[in-house]
Order: sequence, then C-alpha cells, then structure tokens
Amino acid sequence: MKLLVPVKRVVDYNVKVRVKSDGMGVETAGVKMSMNPFDEIAIEEAVRLKEKGIASEIIAVSMGIAACQETIRTALAMGADRGILVETDVELQPLAVAKMLKALVDKEQPGMVIMGKQAIDDDMNATGQMLAALLGWPQGTFASKLDIADGTATVIREIDGGLETVALTLPAVVTADLRLNEPRYASLPNIMKARKKPIETIKPADLGVDPAPRLTTLKVVEPAKRKAGVKVANVAELVAKLRNEAKVI
Amino acid sequence: MNDLVQPIDLSPHAAIRNEVRKLCAAFPGSYWRALDRDNLYPEAFVRALAEGGWLAALIPEEYGGSGLTLSSAAAILEEIQRAGCNGAACHAQMYIMGALLRHGNAAQKAEYLPKIASGALRLQAFGVTEPSSGTDTLALQTTARRDGDEYVVNGQKIWTSRAEHSDLMLLLARTTPREEVQKRTDGLSVFLLDMRAVRGSQLTIRPIRTMMNHATTEVFFDHMRIPATALIGEEGEGFRYILSGMNAERILIAAECIGDAKWFTEKSTNYANERVVFGRPIGQNQGVQFPIAKAYARMRAAELMVERAAALFEAGQDCGAEANIAKMLAAEASWEAAEACVQTHGGFGFAEEYDIERKFRETRLYQVAPISTNLILSYLAEHVLGLPRSY
Repeated sequence: MKLLVPVKRVVDYNVKVRVKSDGMGVETAGVKMSMNPFDEIAIEEAVRLKEKGIASEIIAVSMGIAACQETIRTALAMGADRGILVETDVELQPLAVAKMLKALVDKEQPGMVIMGKQAIDDDMNATGQMLAALLGWPQGTFASKLDIADGTATVIREIDGGLETVALTLPAVVTADLRLNEPRYASLPNIMKARKKPIETIKPADLGVDPAPRLTTLKVVEPAKRKAGVKVANVAELVAKLRNEAKVI
Repeated sequence: MNDLVQPIDLSPHAAIRNEVRKLCAAFPGSYWRALDRDNLYPEAFVRALAEGGWLAALIPEEYGGSGLTLSSAAAILEEIQRAGCNGAACHAQMYIMGALLRHGNAAQKAEYLPKIASGALRLQAFGVTEPSSGTDTLALQTTARRDGDEYVVNGQKIWTSRAEHSDLMLLLARTTPREEVQKRTDGLSVFLLDMRAVRGSQLTIRPIRTMMNHATTEVFFDHMRIPATALIGEEGEGFRYILSGMNAERILIAAECIGDAKWFTEKSTNYANERVVFGRPIGQNQGVQFPIAKAYARMRAAELMVERAAALFEAGQDCGAEANIAKMLAAEASWEAAEACVQTHGGFGFAEEYDIERKFRETRLYQVAPISTNLILSYLAEHVLGLPRSY
C-alpha cells in the first residue's frame, strides 16, 4: 500500500510570531521555518507502517514556495521514499490544497492519506476533512491510535468527551493528533540518504487546479495584552468574586 | 523583505543543524545540571549522538560513517554548544580516529573504524600530555619497548579526558630514546591502545576533579603489555601523525566556542529584553547593550576565521595559522560573550538554574585546552611573522 503524506512548511513552534507591518499576515522573513509538528507525527506514523510491512512506499507532498523542498527533505530523512513539490507563490488555503491533493491522489492511487490534523500557523483544521469529502473517502480525524488489518483502518479519535473508535474501509484519510506517536529524529546517515531521494516539482496547473484564494484576509492583529490579575486572600473571597464580579458561578 | 527573496539553504548543513537542535532539545539544562552536581558522564546524550550517526560524520562511508567534510562536523559541534549541551563529552570521538584513518593499515581500519562509527567502541581518549611535558610534547617520558610480538609501556599521562568512558586510547609514547634519534622529532610512536584488555592491572585511570564536569583523568602504565599490531603506521613517526590531526581539532573546538558564544548572547539578549528594572527593560541601557553587542561582533569575526580555516583544510591546503587563529579568537569571543552574559544577569548569572555559571566554567577551558592562547601567539610570532623562537 502506498501512503501519501502532506507536509506543510510553517513558522517554527519556538518562534514568537509578530504581525507584519502591513497588518496582513505574520512576519516570516528571517524567521526559522520547520515542518508542521502534526505533519511530523503523520510522517512518523507512515514510516512505522512501512517498517511493519503494511506500507510499501511513502510519498511526501508539500505545496508552496521552492523553500518547501527543505520540508520535504526533512520528511525524506525521517523515512519517506520520494517527494512531490507543488510549487506556487500563491497564498494557499485549505480548499485549494485539498483539491490539489485530490488530483495527486487520483494520479498516485495511495491506499491512505495520513496528515496532520491542522497546521500550527493558521490552525484551520480543514484540509483533511475537505480532502476526504472531495474523494468520497471515509475519514478518521484526530487519531491517537491507528491499526490496519484486512483493508480496515481502526482509528481511536480524541474527541471532546473522550476517545471514540471508528473503523474505516480503506482507502481513507487519517489526520494525526498529538498523541499518535513521538516522531523520531533523523539520523545523520538518513539525512545524507535523503539528499539522493527524488523530489518531483510540478505546478498547480499540472493538476488542473486554480489555487487562487477564495477567502480574503481583512486584517491580522496581535492578541490583546493580558491585563494584570488580582490576588485574593482566601477561598471565600475567590468564590465571592467569581460569583458577584465574574458572574461565572 | 518577503519570504520569496530569502536564499534557500539546501546544503546539508541546514538539515544537520536542524536535526542536531531537535536532538539536543531532549537534553535541557536540568539534565546537565544533574550530571554536574554528581560529576557524572552524559551517557544518554553521548548514546543519542552515536545512535544518530553524528559522531561518525568524518568517518568515510565505506567504514560506516557519513564521509562528511570538516565544516559539517563543525556545524554539528557548534549546534550542540549553541543548544546549551556540552560536546566536550564526546567531540574527540569525531576526530581522534583521524590518525587511524590516515596512518593505520587496512586491517586496523577494517577492525576498528566501523565499530567507532556505530558507537560500539569509544575512541575518545588521547594520551599525549604528561606531568613533566605539557606543550613540549617531544619531552614526554612514557616509553614503549618492543619485546617480541608485544610492546611494554611504562609511564604516566595527565589531563587525559574521558579515559574512564572510552574503550580505546590513542597513545603517544617514546620508542627510541631521545639521545639516539637523528632528528629531534623522531622516536615517538602512536598506538591504538585497547584499554579494556589491560585496565585495572597494568593500566590505572584516576579521575581528576576539576572546576567543571569534564571527566578528565591521569593514567598510569605499569609494565603494560600491548600487541605489536597496536602500532599505528611506522615506528618513530608518531609525532608527525599527531601533528597532522591538530588542525582539525583546533577548527572543531573553535566551532564549539562559536556555538557557546551564540548560546550566551541569546541568553543575554533574552534576559536584557525581559528584565524590567526602574520601569523599563535593562537592555535599554547602553551599558547593558554594548558588552553584548561587542561580544556578538567578536563572535561573528571569529566565525569567519573558523569558516576560512575549514575551507583551507577541506581544500587540502596548509591551514596551521588559520586553525590556530580561529581557535584563539573563537575562545576569546565565547569568553567575552560569557562575561557579558553573567554581567547582564547580575546575581541570577550565578544561580545554577540559569545554566550560565555552568557554561561559563565550561567555555573557559578553551583558552587553555587543547592548546593555550600563549602557545598560539608564539606559533604565530615564530612561524608566520618570522620572529625569533621564544622558548
């Protein structure tokens, strides 16, 4: 079974993001970029499936500017076999990404798409669901455990009320939550091997998709500064304040 | 400036730096503080580096390494230091094998290099310095006398780092008495000593407690018998073999100092931005800013010299002057950054939980080891500037 794993280049989780001076996005110039952490978990899961003999090939896909090659190389160093870069300077939104992924799925015919549940830059949490809908495939989102046997993927999902187990008939889309696994570090020999693995570069037009944004960003602002809190002397005062001032109990 | 005009760094260094940083994130300050308190060796850290193949960067692929250039190895060590970890625990695993690689025979290389590459064997100890001969290496008194198929070694080494945590030692000993040699640099030989076989009886290792957790020792050889096959290259040529590895060592240690300087400067700027006194961040005061900025400028200048020395080394050109200058400037830059960091933090700089005092003690070493700054100046004065030999 082939696995397709989309990987997104995002601002590194350690970076304190700043709003750009034009107020239309966050500053990325000179900022450390990394693979979306949830996508790292997706790659790790795919590599484990390959090590178990369930998967035969892992294709890492990234979309965006040429620098997304770095993200693909990271995936290749972790154990993906080859990469596809859909190169475009256009700002990509979930629906465009899902459409392009669908076109790639039609072409590559993977048995499963494993991807991060969301990207830490815009936190949309939409692409996986949109892709499943476009493909007409079952979806197992927020996966914290994945088992595959006899053409069925059993996914334990993290939901508000606890854990939900779903059985999906393959092919399917699975999106990775934080606790699915702990991604490995790439070893030096694997980084060097990754440099020899192929990355195919194509354009959105090659997939027959117009990636132009359908949503318009009006403005991006910093969150309001937290105001200083107050100290309470005892529990009674706390309860009184919560009841009378905050009116939450 | 938007993202599109940024140069894309697809060199292996970018990926190397990223992955080393990730690995080091699993070994935060608390890990090192606990080791420091109990004077313990960072086993888990060294194992993680070995398993990731990082210490085998310079070993050729045919022996199980990655066959990378010196500047890649420098990038690895710089990132380790920059992340607040201490590469001194194992950096020698990277370069001591150079003598074996360049001068060992096919059988020795096939026997040892793959195991050193995998980390199954540690070659981290370098037995050169003796109590009565510091930088005057030719005056060393440890002897190795040929006896049939063996050599019998007697003598003592000091400041032999990591000997307790290493399986193998590269040992320099005198095989021909000083008064019998034709050239004064003849008569020393290099051995790949398998310490596992002789430790406890003929070989004694005593740890020396130092101001930082560096696992250094003194080593005693008492009629220690080692097989003649342990000899690397030709008998009597050892001094030249050792010298040929020193430039690499200088450049790698300079890279570590650059990493230290970056760690200190990041700490300094973060704290100077966050710490508010008299209603404004202390970093707003030029008296706080300038030492940090000056140390940063010194680091960048030293970094250029490290890059220059590594480029010459990789091109196979003589880099003795550049490697020495790089090491001196980088060690001074890391010390200046360390000073600025302590001063910026005030009392907190002395508190263990800030890690500054630990790194401060660690980085001070590099103005003394592996060669002291004075000897570098003597080298430059004599060999580069043509001034009279001063010693």
